[in-house]
Parts: sequence; C-alpha cells; structure tokens
Amino acid sequence: MSAAPTPPSAEELPTPAVQNRRWIPRLVWVVPIAAAVIGISLLIKDWENAGPQITISFLSGEGVQVGKTLVKYRDVTVGQVSAVVLSADHQTVVVTANLSKDAAGLLKEDTQFWIVRPRFGVGSVSGLDTLLSGVYIGMKTGIATRHEHEFVGLENPPALAHGPHGRELQLHAARVGSLSIGSPVYFRQFQVGRVIDENLLPDGSTRVTAFVEAPYDGFVKPVTRFWNASGIDVKLGADGLKVQTESLAAVIAGGLAFDDGPTEVVSAAVIPNDFTLYKNETEAMAPPDGEPHYVRMRFAQALRGLDVGAPVEFVGVNIGSVIAVDLGYERRDKSFPVVVTAKLYPRRMGDAYEILTAQGKTESEETLAAFVGTLVQRGLRAQPRSASLLTGKLYIALDFLRTSPRVAFDASDRPVELPTVNGSFQELEANIGRLVKKVNDLPLEQIAADLHTDLTDLHETLSELHGRVLPSAVDTLSALRGMLDSANRTLDVESPLQRGLTETLLEARSTLQAVRELADYIDRHPDALLRGRRPQKMPGRPAASSSEAKP
Amino acid sequence: MTALRQSYELGLSLCRTCGLAVSRASLGIDRRCPRCQSRIEHRTPFSAEMTLAWLIAGIVFYIPANLLPVIHTSGLLGEEDSTILHGILEFWRSGDWDIALLIFTASVAVPFTKFIAIGLLLLTVRKNSRWEQHQRTVLYRIVEFIGYWSMLDVIVVALTSALMQFQVLGTAEPRAGIAFFCAVVVATMLSALSFDPRLIWDRPA
Repeated sequence: MSAAPTPPSAEELPTPAVQNRRWIPRLVWVVPIAAAVIGISLLIKDWENAGPQITISFLSGEGVQVGKTLVKYRDVTVGQVSAVVLSADHQTVVVTANLSKDAAGLLKEDTQFWIVRPRFGVGSVSGLDTLLSGVYIGMKTGIATRHEHEFVGLENPPALAHGPHGRELQLHAARVGSLSIGSPVYFRQFQVGRVIDENLLPDGSTRVTAFVEAPYDGFVKPVTRFWNASGIDVKLGADGLKVQTESLAAVIAGGLAFDDGPTEVVSAAVIPNDFTLYKNETEAMAPPDGEPHYVRMRFAQALRGLDVGAPVEFVGVNIGSVIAVDLGYERRDKSFPVVVTAKLYPRRMGDAYEILTAQGKTESEETLAAFVGTLVQRGLRAQPRSASLLTGKLYIALDFLRTSPRVAFDASDRPVELPTVNGSFQELEANIGRLVKKVNDLPLEQIAADLHTDLTDLHETLSELHGRVLPSAVDTLSALRGMLDSANRTLDVESPLQRGLTETLLEARSTLQAVRELADYIDRHPDALLRGRRPQKMPGRPAASSSEAKP
Repeated sequence: MTALRQSYELGLSLCRTCGLAVSRASLGIDRRCPRCQSRIEHRTPFSAEMTLAWLIAGIVFYIPANLLPVIHTSGLLGEEDSTILHGILEFWRSGDWDIALLIFTASVAVPFTKFIAIGLLLLTVRKNSRWEQHQRTVLYRIVEFIGYWSMLDVIVVALTSALMQFQVLGTAEPRAGIAFFCAVVVATMLSALSFDPRLIWDRPA
C-alpha cells in the first residue's frame, strides 16, 4: 500500500483479497450432527437402561394389557407388559414383560409372579386399587441362586407376598374343613399367623401350610397340637351350656389354633415342620389313640338307627366308632344278621389295655384278639343300646353281662368277632308290644256298650229319684225340724219338765243318801233288822228309810 | 415457459426483501439494494446445502419425537406415558376419530409430507430438472404455509400441562418427546426458509 502520487492503471491494481466467508453457512451442519448425537445418545441410554425381558405364563390373561399393565415388586413399578400372546399349544397365555435394569437381580429361579386382581375374601379384601387402575402383575423374589427369565405365573397370590419373618409349618389333616388361604392362626385366641397354602396330596389327604409370624413362632414346640378352630363349639354338659370359639372371623372364615399338648413327649429337641391337624381341640388334646383295630359284630336283630360313625363304648368310655353296617346271611338258620364293623382304639382304654395285655407298647391284631378273648370269657358282649329315646339313635356298648350264656370265641378270626346280645331296648320293645296287644285284646266295645246301658239305667233311676223321692224327703225333713223344735222347747232349762225333773232328781239323791246311811247302819248292826234301832249308841237313820230304798 | 428469459440473462437481480429488480452492473461491491439497503444475492448462497442440513436435522429429531413419550398423565386411574402415536390410537379407539385424524394430520402426516416435499424440491433442483416447475413452486408455498400449523401438538401439550394440575385427581407433565417434536417443527421450518425457490427455475448455464 504505497501512497504513490501517480494512480496506477486499472490493470496494475492488485486484486483485492475478497474473503469469501463460505464456511459460516456450513455451520448449519452442526444442527443435524447435534441431532444425530442426541438421538444416538438417547438410544445408548435406552439400551443401557433396558432391563431383562421375561416371559410369564398364566392360565388366563384377564385384564392384562400390552403397554399398560405394570409389573410391581413391593408396590414399586419395576416393569411393563410388552406383549401378550397365546402359547403354542393354546393352553396358556404368555405375557412378555420388560423389566427395569435394577430389577434384574430379583429374577431368581423361584421368583413368583401373579396377577393382582381385586379379591374379596371373608377374612380380607385385597387388590382394591386394581378396581380403578386395572390389574398389575405382582412379584415375589425367590431365594434360589440361579437366574431365570421364563416363569410360570401363580393363579392365586401367595398369602405372604413380602412377609415378615416367621416359620412355615406343614399340617396334615384328613380334610381341611372350612380353612382357606388367609385363614388366621391363633395361639390362645391371639392371631399369630395365617394359612398360606392348601394342597391335596396324591394320597387324598390334605396338607395345610401355615405361617406363624416371628415373635410367636417360639410357641411352636414339639408337643404343640394344632386343631381346626373353625366354627362354634357348643357343648351341653353337666355344668351347663358351653360355647367356645376363637373369633368371629374364625367362625366365618375358618381358622387354626394351636397350643401345647399334653407334655408327655418332650424328647425331640428339634421342632418338626410337620404336624397333625386335629378336628377340634378335644381331639387334639386327647392322648394319642394309637392304631385303630377292626372288630366285627353280628346282631340277630334289626339295627335301625345305628349309623356309620356311631360310637362304640366300653363301660361308658368311647373307644371307637362304627364304620360299616351291612346285611349278612347265615346259612345255618337262613337268617339275616346285621354285620357291624367297627374300629376300636384299644389305647383309649388306657392302663387297662396295657395291664391286661401285658404287652406294653406293642400293638398287633394278635394282642387285641387275645385281649378281647380274655374279656369275652368274663362276659363281654356287644349290645346295641339306644343313645337317645328322642332320636332313636343307637350306639354299640361293650359291657360285661355275666348272665349271658357262654359263647365260643375264636381268637383267630380276622377281624376279631365279638359276641353279641340283643339290645335292651329290643326287650323293652317286645314288652311294650305285648302290653299293647293285651290292651288291644280287651273287649273294649262290649265294655263300652254295657257301661252305656248301666249309665242309662242310672240316669232313669236318678230322674225317678228327682221326681218322687226328693219331694217327700223335703216333707219329712220339715216335719223332722218341727219335731226337733218342740224337743228343744221341751228340754229348755225354764221348761216345767226340766224343773220338775231337777226337783225329782234332788229328791232321789236325798233318798239315796238315806238308803246308804241305812245300809251302813245295817252293816254295822245287822241285828237292827230284827231288834230295831238302838237310838243312843249309834247315830243313824231310821230303818224306814232304808227299807224304803231297798227294792 | 421457454420463452421466458432468466434474470441472469437480463443481467438483473432481485431484492428478496423489497422485491426490486436491480441491474447487477449497478450494484456496488457490497451489493446493497438501492431501495431497502438489504443485501442482494442473485441466489441465496448455500441455499440447497442449508436446506438439506435442516432437513436432515428435522428427520433425525423426528425419530425420538415419535418414540419418546410426549406427555405423562397421572391420576386416579393410574399413571401413563403417552407417545404421539399412542395418543392418536387412544382417541381412535375411544371413538373420537375426528380428533385422532386431526392430531394425526398435524403431528404425523404434515411433518412427513414436509420431509418428502422438501426432499423432492432439493433433488429436482440439484438435477436442474425442468419438470413441473410451476407445480413445484406451489408445493414450496404450501410447505412454507403449513409450517406454522405444525406446532399444534406442542401447543396441546403446553396447554394440557399448564391446565391439568389437580394433584391427586390428575396431573399432566410434558415429557422429552415434545421437545424433540418442537425441534422437528423448527428444523423443517428453517429448512423451508433456507430454500431459495428461484432455484426451481434455474436452467443450467
């Protein structure tokens, strides 16, 4: 840039350095690049956050919606359902869910899933929130170490989804009664747990899984007895009416109770997980029955009113029950005896059984047969008796009837056959029958007819009496009264008769006195009769008065 | 059409601001419009490039805008994240087909149409195509016009979020998707603005 005075020609002028800032518009490319970066970063983030995908198969996909139904663990959302399809065999619904990354650790082999729906039980209501929000999938993590991504969903929620610490117990029972999942478990009427599961075992018995919460599980001991506390136990005993129940909820929804049993077995230090569930408290607290033994009885009489389950009592103690009542046939006399089969718990006889068998704890059919044989020799007989005159129910009584004829007892029979006698009620019935027959034979009609005739006669007689006899009787009576009146007048103190009589009597008395004096005088002086009175010597009366009184 | 002569041939340039046709020879070094003093470019520099850049940005933003939820609603009936398509389906299923159609048009069909239209314009310009030049110009005008209306979704979300704040009963909050959707609209509008429609008529020299 020389400041030359002579302007240079146009050709000489240097070309101005035009700076074409062409890169500025190119800055616009930053925008799509930035967009791409943001997009990719989002993708990466998404991919990083993406948790495991799991499949759960349910029997029904009721209420499960793709993209809406959530998977919740402890009521916190951990995933969402991404697909619901039918399984290949069309038997189940396969729900695919995407879980968040932090839920991956919960997916154990034994993790449980279930669909949370509103449930209304007698004891509890759950899942009410799902009424409005729709169902969700509940989740309970397991304890296994292996991880799994395919699960089979539960049809019912586990009773303890995220339960407290405690103890699970397996209770075995012939039947569960009114127990259901969620039924309370009581210890001395204090709720300490719940029933969490019920299973029907392959052998037909049932198994109830109960959960006893942590501080109370210490009450479960080896001697603990569990019983079904459902319903109300009403007993009418000698001391009045007893009603026993655990709680109103247990009455409706069923429940379990447990308590220490008779402390005879304290051997096991380890608390077992398996217990027997008894029907009621009485049964639970009863000493163990031991094995049942079966006996058979043949009765040569009708046993209407003898039901299966009727008690068998030995000297008034319940030792078993009837399990079958069948009709038999006796070839010998072509009769139809009733064959009753009963199971007996000889251990219920207590010490008697042990002492008499001298077998201690060993139990066998032979022991029982020998035992029964002994008793039969002493006159033991089975006899149907009426348990209640109102209902006509029968029970079997085993009693010693010394008057009964001796019978042969075959100890080798299986089941053991007990000799029988006919029921007392039977004889009573026969007697009543005879009585009724006699009454029936009375000529009641004849008697009635005679009686009727007699009554008619009597009636006639009475009317005659009324018409004729009565008026004359009235006359007679009035005459009689008149007579009595006059008699009354006659006998009055003021009447002349009365006065005359009194005077007469006074006279008579003085006369009698004179006679006595005379008699005394004559007694002392018998000669006076002949010689007359000697006036100086003896005071006395003249003989005239004595002679007057003598006749 | 062929009879028409190009401004280039006539030595004229157009001021895009005030519409004054200026002889190129009369322009100074800074090429200011003698009337409005704005800079006169014979053709907007890097028009096609910038249009393409904004277009690509728009397309890229369009993906998360549709995949990410635009609104989060919570209330008594549960919580929900809704994407645009999800919302449309919801309306459609519940029988409000008219609203569904409206949202679909504004949120899905329009941006998509814009991508195709701008892409088509760019492609034809690049090839110096002489196909339907008039129609293409109309297309450009339409694209420019409907750009304003693409913000419908953004406005809906903004209004909903602002109005639906009933705590327990129901609340609505915007989610990331709506920001991307907004970016799509802005990018496509800028893309359309960057395009110099005069390119449509240019003939290869």
